[in-house]
Amino acid sequence: MVVFREMSRTSPQNKRFIGWKGLRRGHTARPLEWLVEKGIFVVSLSTIVLIFLIFLFTALEALPVFLGNTNNSLVQKTIPVEAMDRLTPKQLREYLGLTEKEFAGMPRETLKSLMEVKIETASEAPNDKDAALDTTSWRYLLLPYQWTGYDKSEYIWQPVSQIQKYNIVPLLIGSLKTTLVALLFSVPLALGAAIYVSQLSKPRVREYLKPAVELLAGIPSVVLGFFALMVMATLLQKAFGYQSRLNTFVAGIALGLAVIPVVFSIAEDALTSVPRSYTHAALALGSSRWQAAWQIVLPAAIPGVFAAVMLGFGRAIGETMVVLMASGNASILSWNLFDSTRTMTATIAAELAETVTHGHHYRILFMLGTLLFLVTFVANLVADVVIHRLKHKLEGK
Amino acid sequence: MIKGVQTSARRSEQAQTRALAFHTAKFDLTSFFFTGLTGLATLIILATLITILGNVLWHGWEGLSWRFISSSAKKDMFDVEKAGVLPMIVGTSARVILMTIFVIPVGVITAIYLTEYAHATSLFPRVIRGAISNLAGVPSIVFGLFGLGFFVNFVGQKMDTLLHAENAGLVWGQPALIWASLTLAIMTLPVVIVATEESLKAIPVGLREASLALGATKLETIVQIVLPQALPGILTGGILAISRAAGEVAPILFTGAAYYMADLPKSLTDQFMDLGYHVFVLSTQSPNIDQTRPILFATVVVLLLLTFALNIIAILVRANMRKKMRAVS
Repeated sequence: MVVFREMSRTSPQNKRFIGWKGLRRGHTARPLEWLVEKGIFVVSLSTIVLIFLIFLFTALEALPVFLGNTNNSLVQKTIPVEAMDRLTPKQLREYLGLTEKEFAGMPRETLKSLMEVKIETASEAPNDKDAALDTTSWRYLLLPYQWTGYDKSEYIWQPVSQIQKYNIVPLLIGSLKTTLVALLFSVPLALGAAIYVSQLSKPRVREYLKPAVELLAGIPSVVLGFFALMVMATLLQKAFGYQSRLNTFVAGIALGLAVIPVVFSIAEDALTSVPRSYTHAALALGSSRWQAAWQIVLPAAIPGVFAAVMLGFGRAIGETMVVLMASGNASILSWNLFDSTRTMTATIAAELAETVTHGHHYRILFMLGTLLFLVTFVANLVADVVIHRLKHKLEGK
Repeated sequence: MIKGVQTSARRSEQAQTRALAFHTAKFDLTSFFFTGLTGLATLIILATLITILGNVLWHGWEGLSWRFISSSAKKDMFDVEKAGVLPMIVGTSARVILMTIFVIPVGVITAIYLTEYAHATSLFPRVIRGAISNLAGVPSIVFGLFGLGFFVNFVGQKMDTLLHAENAGLVWGQPALIWASLTLAIMTLPVVIVATEESLKAIPVGLREASLALGATKLETIVQIVLPQALPGILTGGILAISRAAGEVAPILFTGAAYYMADLPKSLTDQFMDLGYHVFVLSTQSPNIDQTRPILFATVVVLLLLTFALNIIAILVRANMRKKMRAVS
């Protein structure tokens, strides 16, 4: 009786909160179960935490570059060794570029010799107007500059040289160029296939076609890169007769193969989610299957198609192994599709292993990674919102 | 009885064909042309897929032998006669199995929260879903950077200062098997969550209600009734995650893959050789690309067999599950 009264008093609002003592609904106390259910909730938050951590740790490594706190100029102000005692420990530590832990464990003699080394490197600095530049500042990352030995201002990415040149514009254009080729190649094919499979093919054939096309997603990107490098590059060169064997065009086509399953799968889902009654109505009014698909179903699903292209873009700009193997990896600034090129992803993959941890080069590569993260994050977010709205509209909520 | 069913089926088929004949009586050239065009697009995609697989298998088959699979190249990995892929198979398997151990529990628990506990209208599940689809879209190289910045340089070095303060050498704070597996686990988390969710949704609500009506609590229902039913779906998720992770190279470039190692990995902190990375090394850093071509194609075949076999198993399990689901509803 008591239990019954307890239950009838429970409003729907607090139905969920049974509480660890289980009293509210006349339940027997099950603190362990309550604990496990809270645990499930906490674990399910891990994806949010992970996205946040990924951004934090790539951006954190790149933070000094964003703030302009790195300085890699070869000519720096030096302090004579005799002046060592006049400096405060903090000044000395910053001058030598040591962390607090390293500084604390260092005997006086070592500090002295470090200062001597510093003076020596300064005296050995090249006699060049560019040697005094901080090439990691934003001006040199984004704008062209006339380096010694060049006839005009140029955008140059050349991190392994005496004066490191970190202009990221060639890499940005390389990435965009390759992505553009990939999308131009893959989107028409994938959309055509999506329309055919979802609207025009016979139901019995469709059951086999969809998994077959999606099997393309099962090919690892390193295998696509390998195939582009060993087989496609030679074939395409023979067919079009251009100069360099590995170039944007080859990389873009191979990248397109990686993008096709993404675009196909999302677009096909969007087209299938359009109610069949739309098609039936069109057919009943005397249109052909193609007219129904093109004039009725496609316009209804167009946000989904847009989302598919957005996700395809995100996949293409973030893909690494294909472009690393098939693009030729020369950081030349040009819009020519038949020149070798180098993308942001390929640059990170090729160069990070050889950098000094927490050095300038390392930090600039992490900055490229942060840019990639932000670009794909926005692309995904837009696609996600669009798909969500489309589903609501079609389900009539 | 059976005969009656057959005749009625035939009759409806006839009605359909008659309806179709009536419908297609009017021939429209534009429609015919565009239907052909979209069909052609499908055909081109399938032909490309078959060309890639056929070409690789055709060239790789001759280099493939039991000796190639079961031996390790102690001296020279570019030597066609002596090279073997055993260390790479062991390395790839090890990182993938470890990854499964990390990713399955987290993925399944998240899926349980989303389908069984979360209210569709509240804030958390919506944010979690957004995070999942974003996680699926993060470029693989960014996962590699994250693995290096977080696991190797942050967690690993913190562990070194805590556990091995006395010796100066790095134990955890360097690329290692465990860091590569953890990085891949984060990357494949969305795959597992989505597959598990799909299978949880396919279980009829009546089953849960029956269990609750018999006096079981919600958690008991989930553990004893729902999860056993969802097992095939969880399995599919695991297999898809493995097949996705087995071929990934970018996330492990800086977190554990080694160019060459004389021995097999023995502990979690060892580096390892990897099939995908080995394909990359063989095709870009070989001293004589024409000479090493047979072992390169053979390595690709081994990698493809590994990932494709898993993929096809997942597709079959999933198709079977969908059929059952349709039968129930």
